[in-house]
Amino acid sequence: MNWTWLHKLASPPHAYGIAGRLAPWLGWPAGALIVAGVYGGLALAPPDYQQGDAFRIVYVHAPSAWLSMLVYGTMAAAAAIGLVWRIKLAHAVSAAAAPIGASFTALALATGAIWGKPMWGTWWVWDARLTSELILLFLYAGVMALRASIDDRDRADRAAAVLAIVGVVNLPVIHYSVYWWNTLHQPATLTKLGKPSMAGDMLWPLLVMLLGFTLYFGAVLLVRLRAEILRRERDAAWLRAGLAR
Amino acid sequence: MNDFLAMGGYGAYVWPCFALAAAVLAWNALAARRLHDRAREQAIRRAAQGGGR
Repeated sequence: MNWTWLHKLASPPHAYGIAGRLAPWLGWPAGALIVAGVYGGLALAPPDYQQGDAFRIVYVHAPSAWLSMLVYGTMAAAAAIGLVWRIKLAHAVSAAAAPIGASFTALALATGAIWGKPMWGTWWVWDARLTSELILLFLYAGVMALRASIDDRDRADRAAAVLAIVGVVNLPVIHYSVYWWNTLHQPATLTKLGKPSMAGDMLWPLLVMLLGFTLYFGAVLLVRLRAEILRRERDAAWLRAGLAR
Repeated sequence: MNDFLAMGGYGAYVWPCFALAAAVLAWNALAARRLHDRAREQAIRRAAQGGGR
């Protein structure tokens, strides 16, 4: 197997260019999907027979909770690739992902609290699902703070990578928390494969939002990756030559 | 229209959630753009200085 294409892709100049060309192709469809999903979720889906219109919060809560975990997985996988194969670009991807993931984790927690108030009668309970999601936010904060606290870039990359990888144990805890422990949080709606427990006209806006948020993450990650490459490669010849043009 | 805004009595919960989501989505796009543009400016300035620290 010939891996030269991979090495080429992992070289900063190529990654910088490809990320720049790819970002709009993710960003614009993401925007269109999110607009369609919001319209479908707020205006077209019928009210829930138990929760009334409050259930519509799911259209922003579930996609942000999904991203909180997807971004963490991406960050940790990139960190592992950076550690094992010493690919600097992978560390740049990992660094670029952290603030995005932290913001969507905070959004998942905030929308969950606002949803909890009318449905459970409380903003917050210290149950397994909510607590493990809060720990996820602390993990993001820890990875970012650790990276920022070490001046030497290679050491910062390695330290942040180790913490990010260790924190992966929290992901299955979040996902299975609603099955392992008693909780106020409702169980998964979609991951019951083949039989989602949601009617079609409620379901499609949620799927559209999930896809829209996922593409949006891709677009933002690519732009942040470009910034990260510029900072890391500031003295590289290719960058000077490219900027002089 | 008022019915739509009222969200069956849950408007005070539904709308803040969507507003927060809009804010987080907007922040992500703007912050990433700003980060990139600033890094680019700094790189250009650095290149113009001939690479001195």
